[in-house]
Amino acid sequence: MDPSLSASDIASSTKPLSEASSPPVMDLLSEPASEASSAPMVDLLMEPASEGSSAPMVDILSEPASEASSAPMLDLFMEPASEASSGPMMNLLMEPASDDLKEPPKPDIDPLADILNDTPLSEVKTPVAAMPQETPSDLFDDEPSELFAEPRQSNTAKQQQTSIFDEPDEDLFSEPLGEASKKPQNDFFKEALAPVAKASNVCGPLSDNYNEHPTDIFTEEAMTTLPSAVSTVSVNSKTNGVHSDEEEPDIFAEATVELSLDSPRNDRKKKEAAKPSASAPAPSVSASASKPQPKTLEELEEEVEDKFELNISITNPEKVGDGMNAYMAYKVSTQTTLPMFRSKTFTVRRRFSDFLGLYEKLSDKHTPNGYIVPPPPEKSIMGMTKVKVGKEDNSSAEFVERRRAALERYLQRVVFHPSLLQDPDVREFLERDDMPRAHNTQALSGAGFLKMINRATDSLSKMTIKMNESDVWFEEKLQEVEAEDQQLRKLHIMVDSLVGHRKELSVNTGGFAKSVAMLGSSEDNTALSRALSQLAEVEDKMEQLHQEQAASDSFCFAELLADYIRLLGSVRASFDQRMKTWQRWQDAQNMLQKKRETEAKLLWANKPDKLQQAKDDITEWEAKVTQYERDFDRVSATVRKEVLRFEKEKACDFKKQIIKYLESLLQSQQQLIKYWEAFLPEAKAIA
Amino acid sequence: KLCKQYFPVDILSKILSINVDLQTDATLQVDISDALSERDKVKFTVHTKSTLPNFKQNEFSVVRQHEEFIWLHDSFVENEEYAGYIIPPAPPRPDFDASREKLQKLGEGEGSMTKEEFTKMKQELEAEYLAIFKKTVAMHEVFLCRVAAHPVLRKDMNFHVFLEYNQDLSVRGKNKREKMEDFFKNVVKSADGVLVAGVKDVDDFFEHEKTFLLEYHNRVKDASSKSDRMIRSHKNAADDINRIASTLYTLGTQDSTDVCKFFLKVSELFEKTRKIEARVAADEDLKLADLLKYYLRESQAAKDLLYRRGRALVDYENANKALDKARAKNKDVLQAETSQQVCCQKFEKISESAKQELIDFKTRRVAAFRKNLVELAELELKHAKGNLQLLQSCVGVLKGDT
Repeated sequence: MDPSLSASDIASSTKPLSEASSPPVMDLLSEPASEASSAPMVDLLMEPASEGSSAPMVDILSEPASEASSAPMLDLFMEPASEASSGPMMNLLMEPASDDLKEPPKPDIDPLADILNDTPLSEVKTPVAAMPQETPSDLFDDEPSELFAEPRQSNTAKQQQTSIFDEPDEDLFSEPLGEASKKPQNDFFKEALAPVAKASNVCGPLSDNYNEHPTDIFTEEAMTTLPSAVSTVSVNSKTNGVHSDEEEPDIFAEATVELSLDSPRNDRKKKEAAKPSASAPAPSVSASASKPQPKTLEELEEEVEDKFELNISITNPEKVGDGMNAYMAYKVSTQTTLPMFRSKTFTVRRRFSDFLGLYEKLSDKHTPNGYIVPPPPEKSIMGMTKVKVGKEDNSSAEFVERRRAALERYLQRVVFHPSLLQDPDVREFLERDDMPRAHNTQALSGAGFLKMINRATDSLSKMTIKMNESDVWFEEKLQEVEAEDQQLRKLHIMVDSLVGHRKELSVNTGGFAKSVAMLGSSEDNTALSRALSQLAEVEDKMEQLHQEQAASDSFCFAELLADYIRLLGSVRASFDQRMKTWQRWQDAQNMLQKKRETEAKLLWANKPDKLQQAKDDITEWEAKVTQYERDFDRVSATVRKEVLRFEKEKACDFKKQIIKYLESLLQSQQQLIKYWEAFLPEAKAIA
Repeated sequence: KLCKQYFPVDILSKILSINVDLQTDATLQVDISDALSERDKVKFTVHTKSTLPNFKQNEFSVVRQHEEFIWLHDSFVENEEYAGYIIPPAPPRPDFDASREKLQKLGEGEGSMTKEEFTKMKQELEAEYLAIFKKTVAMHEVFLCRVAAHPVLRKDMNFHVFLEYNQDLSVRGKNKREKMEDFFKNVVKSADGVLVAGVKDVDDFFEHEKTFLLEYHNRVKDASSKSDRMIRSHKNAADDINRIASTLYTLGTQDSTDVCKFFLKVSELFEKTRKIEARVAADEDLKLADLLKYYLRESQAAKDLLYRRGRALVDYENANKALDKARAKNKDVLQAETSQQVCCQKFEKISESAKQELIDFKTRRVAAFRKNLVELAELELKHAKGNLQLLQSCVGVLKGDT
């Protein structure tokens, strides 16, 4: 294992440095550890502390490693995923952010260092406990200013945010990315002996929370970046546990590069004794991780970072061709600092069926493993026909915009999914210029027909499978999802009806405005006539207001619901997948049972010639049963993880979107007040 | 349940502000103190306070039904003496059919919805019913107040009987034959109206009023129907928000994650904003649509006055011509002279009072529009501010929670 090796090298060669690095690491690790799987982690934390700086790091590494690996995987990725991972990060983000804000970032290095040095472990912990309730909005408010002050960190800091809250906040995103593009990471990797400040930048993406304080500290105090880097590995291993399939050699190589980069920064100051304790868990976990599935971890680590270095937007919908063969093409722009892409910014043109094709590919690959693959917006023959016919009216413009936004959200959901982003098809979709035309997405094509049949058989088998659910969690969740699906559908219909009525209101208000204007013009009392034409103006503005409100009812609210109705379909598909794997396992068990019976019969009948065959069969089926059971466990774990991830994302999405929606309502009320306030004196002036 | 409903007097505060600035004095004050809704009719308690000597008491009440109001109105219209006045428009027939039908549908659909939804719908319908009821009562009251404030009509015998006679007036609705007659009369009248309207008036004031009223009536008619449509869609939107609130509530109660609190909060907000939204629609209905509707009828009444005057003018001119002819032929001159004099008197009498009536109509109209538009703007502001405050505090709380 390269990373672990290099880590131990560094650690042993420079023992004191571990202390310097410790505070941030502690933040990172101690929290998730204590909250999540308390037993092994606490051990990890404590041990190195007692051993002090003299203890060879390798020991620390090896020992906790075993412990960590023995810890049940489920626990590891369950808990940190839900609470731990978000908690501490938040804490880190919050605190330094506010501190930095007060102090001018560049010159004052000491205060930051002080913060790090002075805060004893207990203190660092407490805020975490207190903070988790803190709102992300606060974070967002505080951060940007700091970020701008220190452009380098901004990348990472922003990534973290998104990572923590799973909030693809575009505003935040776009800026760091812009900055990021100026300073691509690749550059840093090339410079082996980069100045400390730069090095810190490199490891920034790795250790999420770390960099908040670091840069300042690094310059003076020369902190260890290594442990932090490793620490991320540990965190990632927790969040992303099982998944392993697609492994990227280049990623792996890159991880090593990063670690070796860290090593030059080994000349560090000593720090308080309390700190090494924190640094210890990091290497330990990394070591542990390196044993069972090292590559995965590296890759996972990548994933966690990746999603924050990626900004995707869809713009310029354009009609290509004429008549019924016409289609809409969209500009898909990507800005990224991820090394897995060939360049930092690139643009491709994609048509709607390409998006569908991408989904089909992803769904075929990942749904069987229990992943929730975000679905694209549905085909709309009605809407598209209108566009094709070339009517340049409001409704077709609205359709195009609605679809553009839906595709953008869809693609963002895909790339924010840590596992899906790794898929080569995703990369190809974003990068490749001459994308082969997606077939099989036509509703009436042969493949489409096959798919339909498959679906039909699927749903049939779903009905026939009677699963005696051993895990209450899944049972309850599925019920919840189904109930939610039902309510969301209901809500969607109602919001649609609201949109309709609001549009109607807008039209009718417009009609009334015209009518009142006419009435005003025929009124022979001058003041009343003027007041009536003023009223007509107010109503005219209200028409506009209602129309805008209808648009935001539709875009903020109805679209959100439509997205989640589709997503819930995917969630259910992942539950179904789990059931299917269970069924396969059960079938295999039954088969094994039959084979054993056959063997027993053969023994009884004393037919040695066929006995060997029967024995072979048993071995074969035993292997299959084990394999299928493992599959089932793996899929169950993935489904559970995915559902938790989905719920978190859903909560964020709903909060964000609905608050946005309420703000639109709020604005129209403000406008309304303005209009009527202007009208009131006119009404009073009637005499 | 809605068949019989009593509404205490205080609810029936003057909802309609159409009868503003009527020269009411203490000698005759009329109001509707109470109303009772029965299956197919509404019984109004008409309360009178008067110092006029022709009443036996100073204060008394009688129970009247809509048909009796119509009878009173028609008796004014048919009285030649009042040809020179704008007859206060009759109140519209109480119409609860739509709302009753809805209630019945609700009863049928009871099984298909949750208890909360049902209660909510029922409350909504009852509120709607109450609003229509109040408006009906107010419209009837406005009619009586207008009559009581009119310098001539207030002295009408039929009116006094209507106010004082404590028995059923035993007016019956018109039968089929009478309705047919009315219909033909109206056809003839409107055809005649076109004819009469085409005659150039000798008086500039009336000529101007004629063109004004013709146009005004059409436009107020249009505005009235447009405002109805606008308000209906506003009510529909408010209903949608109401349903959205209930569904969000269900979502909030069945969710196990922390989003549930969020849903419940938003549901609570929508529940409040939809009430305000419904109030906005109701107030627009009262202050705007009803005002326009009233002036639709009032301008019709003014047009009728102009028609009567126009008719008298045409009659007068014809009589003049007949007199000229008679004089030329020297035949039936005396008879023609008398008839010409009668026509002249009639025309002059109508013209004399009509001028003042039309001036009063304008004064009343301007005052009523002012009052209603000011109140409308104030209510709109009040509701918008209430909405804004709810939204602000809710967004504040939600942002704090996230």
